Amino acid sequence: MSEGQIKKFMYVNRKAPHGTIYALESLEVVLIAAAFDQDVSLAFLDDGVYQLKKGWNTKGIEVKSFQPTYRALDDYDINKLYVEKEALEARGLTEDDMCVPVEVLSRTEIGKLMETQDIVLSF
Amino acid sequence: MLHIVNKSPLDRNSLDTCLATAQGGSLLLIEDGVYAATNDNAAAGKLKQAMGQLKVYALKPDLEARGMADRVLDGVNLVDYGGFVDLVTEHATCQSWL
Repeated sequence: MSEGQIKKFMYVNRKAPHGTIYALESLEVVLIAAAFDQDVSLAFLDDGVYQLKKGWNTKGIEVKSFQPTYRALDDYDINKLYVEKEALEARGLTEDDMCVPVEVLSRTEIGKLMETQDIVLSF
Repeated sequence: MLHIVNKSPLDRNSLDTCLATAQGGSLLLIEDGVYAATNDNAAAGKLKQAMGQLKVYALKPDLEARGMADRVLDGVNLVDYGGFVDLVTEHATCQSWL
């Protein structure tokens, strides 16, 4: 990418947080990209909405909780977080269950946003 | 026998196959499998139905790690790692629906 040119990056997250490494890997890449001052947005679909479910206590499974990292995203000017409405509903979750401010959108609306991106990264 | 499911019910068909196959005994939900045991999950209904013939357990540390320990479905028995081991030893055989 040429210097000074801002591209639209979307990170699409579809996995629950601890069962696979996808959620953590996505966060790592998001933070790297944040250093390049790009237009970053994060979409949470399907089980990906579980990544933002507040109240993790990972002591029992003896892994470090990376939930605080989601709350730190705003410090990196990453504040476009989109959550799939249908996914929340199928899991008995609401916007209030999210650990960070999000915008709840329908699948169709998220699909439209995807179409506007320069780069889409899938996790 | 003891059936163990470690996949999210809305991501994989492990729970569906388990419930369709199991002929009694116990079901232990671990890792992402615990999401099935939470209120208003789309899979909660079939789990409730299965309770008629299966005793259902869920691993509490996995629910806590996911922030879901405060919304566990009625009728689900919570166990810790010691309880997990007890279940394995109490049953003659064990099937993990990976």
